[in-house]
Amino acid sequence: MENEKHYMVLLVENNAGVLTRVSSLFCQRGFNIDTLTVASTDHPGISRITISFCGNDKTYRQLIKQTEKLTETKMVIPIEPEFGILRELLLVKIETNPENSEQIKNLAVNNHFKVVDQSVGCVVLEMTGEPSHIDLMLGLLKPFKVLEMCRTGVTALERGKVTYCF
Amino acid sequence: MILNGSEIIVKVLLEEGVDTVFGYPGGSVLNIYDALYKHSNEIHHYMTAHEQGAAHAADGYARATGKTGVCIATSGPGATNLVTGIATAYMDSVPLVAITGNVATSLIGRDSFQEVYIAGITMPITKHNFVVRDVSELASTLRRAFRIAHSGRFGPVLVDIPKDVTAALADYEPPVKEQESEKEKEYDNLEEVAAAINSAKRPFVYCGGGIRLSRAEDIVREFIKKADAPASHTLMAAGVLGYGDQNNLGMLGMHGMFSGNKAVDEADVIIALGTRFSDRVALNTQQFGRRAKIIHIDIDNSEINKNVICDYSVIGDIKDVLEKLLPLIKEQRRDDWHGMIDEWKKQDYVPVDSPEDSHNLKPHQIIRAVCQMAGEDAMYVTDVGQHQMWAAQYISHVRKGSFLTSGGLGTMGYGYGASLGAAVAVEGKRPVIMFTGDGSFHMNMNEACTAVSYNLPVITVILNNQVLGMVRQWQSAFYDRRFASSEPERKTDYKTVAEGFGAVGYHCETLAEFKAAFAEALTLGRPVWIECLIDREEKALPMIPAGGTVDDTLFN
Repeated sequence: MENEKHYMVLLVENNAGVLTRVSSLFCQRGFNIDTLTVASTDHPGISRITISFCGNDKTYRQLIKQTEKLTETKMVIPIEPEFGILRELLLVKIETNPENSEQIKNLAVNNHFKVVDQSVGCVVLEMTGEPSHIDLMLGLLKPFKVLEMCRTGVTALERGKVTYCF
Repeated sequence: MILNGSEIIVKVLLEEGVDTVFGYPGGSVLNIYDALYKHSNEIHHYMTAHEQGAAHAADGYARATGKTGVCIATSGPGATNLVTGIATAYMDSVPLVAITGNVATSLIGRDSFQEVYIAGITMPITKHNFVVRDVSELASTLRRAFRIAHSGRFGPVLVDIPKDVTAALADYEPPVKEQESEKEKEYDNLEEVAAAINSAKRPFVYCGGGIRLSRAEDIVREFIKKADAPASHTLMAAGVLGYGDQNNLGMLGMHGMFSGNKAVDEADVIIALGTRFSDRVALNTQQFGRRAKIIHIDIDNSEINKNVICDYSVIGDIKDVLEKLLPLIKEQRRDDWHGMIDEWKKQDYVPVDSPEDSHNLKPHQIIRAVCQMAGEDAMYVTDVGQHQMWAAQYISHVRKGSFLTSGGLGTMGYGYGASLGAAVAVEGKRPVIMFTGDGSFHMNMNEACTAVSYNLPVITVILNNQVLGMVRQWQSAFYDRRFASSEPERKTDYKTVAEGFGAVGYHCETLAEFKAAFAEALTLGRPVWIECLIDREEKALPMIPAGGTVDDTLFN
């Protein structure tokens, strides 16, 4: 069984410790989280957690059931990449010098990076996109010296009209 | 009604029908104990020697009564001492509410005296846990804890309460009786499942502890009779099947009967009821039931396909599912299948008896004697190790829900605490017999003081082989008899120690001596220890090595 990238969304009660419970469960069952994002939602008291991890199908199905079992879990939504909207934010700080600053500016404009900060000797670029797209863009930046970078991890919505009742 | 937190705790315990709790006082729970003192005519508190004993006692009480067990401990070491007991209950799906005190909210997070983050520590071994930081949420949180512990797949819930919350005042209102409209559950594949069973030539029923938790013994027996399917039980399901029943093939798995394990191997349909295909039963998940279509019925969806992939699954309470499945099952006889099993039964391991006056005292003879003499009413409790396997193999009649053992976690030292809980549950109306080994018993024998304090007449049968028998057995079989730390050369004089605690002690070296001692013990109505010297080479047999199949069975 091949390891594949999987995405799942958990709607959970927004209590102290709920994130620990979810991450502890992954750890306890021997699964490694690649990315995890969490924030409150438009429903009062409900938080939304998006998790991506690598594993085979059996592992994935088992994880869904285990997370469903947590008392604070309201709903687990497996996200199939083709039926979901996956987004990730990238911030990357690149060293600039008089020779390459023009080149970096062009690259930013042509690839829809946002220049969010310009300081002496460095520039910070921002981009939102699918995780695979972010990977691609990071490849483009290889010729330059990356001083620092951060990715937020994936957050996801299903396509189409879906409503959840609690 | 304005009450303080501790009074609220007592009120909710009473609401939940709790009249018995086990625990140990301490700084952070002084207020709670003060409230318990005032209500001591309504709630009986049993103070154990150690908090672990309290957790096991609450567990034993829960298993014996079917109610939710309650234990109380103070913050810090009191709380951490509960941990093994909570984990034991978690692995065996026992409904338990553990209440721990904690330091006052103003001191939390400052490494205060006897402070520990018990909610964090117990997260992976509880169904859920709570920290109550506001007295106004205390009653609702405790009620929720009881609901969680005793719904779905049962399990332990911990409620951690800082000391100031136990003193703070809040308005207490009795609960609003919710009209629980239990929706009739429907299962969409019962026809299919029934068809698979009806057309099976060699069906086999694999019974797990879920049957006990669901109190489904009667319908399971009816099902087995109607389908004429042979059945085996896991350690957790001892007593689920009738002992006189021809279809009962005994225990399954690592130390299970050869015939039952062989039947799994040859079956064409396996019906797994309330069980989780643990590695002590499905030792080799690839080979388990390799010729069979597997039907898995369990209340916990996450058990389906966790260890062994099944062909049909039904999620629900065993009793409810079987009530709906049973009418679809065709009554038939399966003589060919029974013929095959009868052949395998001839290969089942049979232990050799010793004469009554022989100094080669045999575990199986001790257990059989206990069974005959204690009668069908007895409640059996075990510790963990060889004696536990012997007890599961040779006890020949157990009333429903009357075999208490730590199956999942395999907690040595479980027995004494649990038998105290069981003794409280049966109120002296039934004998409580605990089987233990010298290894397990040394872990928590201090609970003898509790048995004496409350005069709980537990009869402890110590099978003393002077070594850690199960460890040594593995070292014999797989480590070329290198007995690392399994032969401790202890010189404990059990009879004297028992008497030192204020209990009664016996030392036996022959079966005749044992029978005399046990007969006397049954009449005493006091805590008794009976030490039986057995040979250190005694083995729990048969045995399938970890990861093996029935073809790897060891008979000596």
